[in-house]
Amino acid sequence: MVLIEVNGLTKAYEEGEQRTLAADNISLKIEKGEFLAIVGPSGSGKSTLMHILGFLDRPTGGTYLFKGRNVNDYSDNELAKIRNKEVGFVFQSFNLLPRLSVLENIKMPLVYAGLPETEKNRRAEEVIKIVGLENRRDYDVTKLSGGQKQRVAVARALVNDPSIIFADEPTGNLDSKSGEAILGFFQDLHAMGHTIVIVTHESYVAESAERVIHIMDGKIKSDEKVQNRHFISKEGFRK
Amino acid sequence: MKKSKTGILSPRKVSENKAVIFADLFKTALRGLAVHRNRSILTVLGIIIGIASIMVVMSVGESAQKLVMGEVESFGPTNVFILPGRQPKGLMDFGGTLFTDSLTLKDLEDLKKKVNVPAAVRVAPFVFGEVTAVANGESYNTTLLGGTPDLFDIFRLGAAEGDFFTDLDVAQKSATALIGQDIAEELFGSSDPIGEKIKIKDKNFKIAGLLESKSKNSFVDFDKAIVMPYSTAQHYILGFRYFQRITVEAAAIEDVPAVVADIERLLNENHDIAKSEDADFFVRTQEDLAGMLGNITGILTGLLASVAAISLLVGGIGITNIMFVSVTERTREIGLRKALGATRKNIFSQFLVEAVLLTLAGGFIGVTGGVIMTYLASVIITAVSGIDFPFVFSVFGAVFGTVMALLIGLFFGIFPANQASKKDAIESLRYE
Repeated sequence: MVLIEVNGLTKAYEEGEQRTLAADNISLKIEKGEFLAIVGPSGSGKSTLMHILGFLDRPTGGTYLFKGRNVNDYSDNELAKIRNKEVGFVFQSFNLLPRLSVLENIKMPLVYAGLPETEKNRRAEEVIKIVGLENRRDYDVTKLSGGQKQRVAVARALVNDPSIIFADEPTGNLDSKSGEAILGFFQDLHAMGHTIVIVTHESYVAESAERVIHIMDGKIKSDEKVQNRHFISKEGFRK
Repeated sequence: MKKSKTGILSPRKVSENKAVIFADLFKTALRGLAVHRNRSILTVLGIIIGIASIMVVMSVGESAQKLVMGEVESFGPTNVFILPGRQPKGLMDFGGTLFTDSLTLKDLEDLKKKVNVPAAVRVAPFVFGEVTAVANGESYNTTLLGGTPDLFDIFRLGAAEGDFFTDLDVAQKSATALIGQDIAEELFGSSDPIGEKIKIKDKNFKIAGLLESKSKNSFVDFDKAIVMPYSTAQHYILGFRYFQRITVEAAAIEDVPAVVADIERLLNENHDIAKSEDADFFVRTQEDLAGMLGNITGILTGLLASVAAISLLVGGIGITNIMFVSVTERTREIGLRKALGATRKNIFSQFLVEAVLLTLAGGFIGVTGGVIMTYLASVIITAVSGIDFPFVFSVFGAVFGTVMALLIGLFFGIFPANQASKKDAIESLRYE
């Protein structure tokens, strides 16, 4: 099943006379259950592409079909709802809310889904077990290590049962061991059927995925299957 | 029942609920305020002061009104006062101090004649002045009130001991006086003052009676006053022959306008006055007095209320300011919330609720503080002035103050909340 299909996607920024294309006529398909890495140097437009695919930004040209529906004309409120229900984000800098507990951070997307407290707790408890932080449930997130913080962020991305997870440089702020662990985590999630898109500039991160798209100057330079895939997780999905 | 997209999570069972979203907003806002507790309290100080002022103004205003009206009404609405001098044109017009000698004995005699003022049932003249009374080597500064025996009835005075003076005493200028409880205590201690002498302006007066203690909310504090026939007071002490007040009691409240008209006609004739604006006296009814006192308290209330309004405006601007700071500080949070599915309305509500909670908290503290200050004010006024100043909890003030706080939060919270809701998700997420 095709989850995402974009055709001739462009994103132009105009600054005075200067017109720059952050996305230049990009066409691609993402199947349900794929593990895709978008790779490119900084300023290549990879983040812009992720933001558009993640409904955080709007293209200035081209079409975007999500689950077969054209989302070009969606209102801000409809996009907010799609972000809430269909998308999970993992950021480089974690973006957890300080002073809130692990559980409260994980429950954040459920607030905007308007679920009652018992249902929010039930779901949060489920995902907190998936990321193995159930004994840190009531910790203030600022007291966690970098790797633990990113696991909270992954749990938050999972909690509303999204169709796709976008991770923007998820290992960028982590030491190599924690970074590896997170990548292994994504591989586990992928193995369970999740659709995952990782944006990175590091090739070893890209090699943990099954498909890599190289972006340069807003254009797709290559789109290929990873030949020697770098598998991290051997112990299975729950440690 | 919708099936889970990946099968990891159990299927959803519940549909979304707007009230739940709002409950979360409320919790988030409360937490936001609690985190910056000191800043929040300092920010709402303006609101607290403003609302407390409103509360005090309303409550003290109501108390004063109640006190004044009670006083006016205690005289009975059928009493009409004749005052010497020109009618003052406004609060700051001191023209009333001219022609203070215009009310004569002839005026009094004429007013008493049934033909002149047919609806009058009683005409009572008054004189008064500040005097020093001496007895047993002690001296006491106080108010002297001179009149006819009618004054005991008009002021509802009773004699604790001894007797009132009579019309005969008035006619004979008897050197007789009644004194209040406080003077008796001060000058005679525990011994019986009846039949003793007090000296005023080197003249001895025999104390014929002791006045009953009277509640203090009166124009004259009778516990500290000396009362005697007006003729005696004029002749021996005050040294003039005119009156400072003449009260005329109408038979019924419907007769008051006729009595006023008769008085004016008679006195204009007696004083050779052709035009009413040249009159050297004026007539005041209880209704006039009530209206005038009501105006004065109204003006004071208005003045203090405008001070409160300025304080609230400044406080409101403070709220806007601190909310803008809060929005900027939480730019990343706004970006994150948007990424997680918050709509513009969700973000707007979050910051507006925070602003309103802030001002409402200020409102409640202000109302409570206002009540405490009002209570203290009534205790202090009573202690200092000796007037029985009532403590009034202004329900209107409390409701008005709370509603004002709510409106200020809404109004001054709108701008920052709107700014927060318009923030771009991506730029906000990248904000350092």
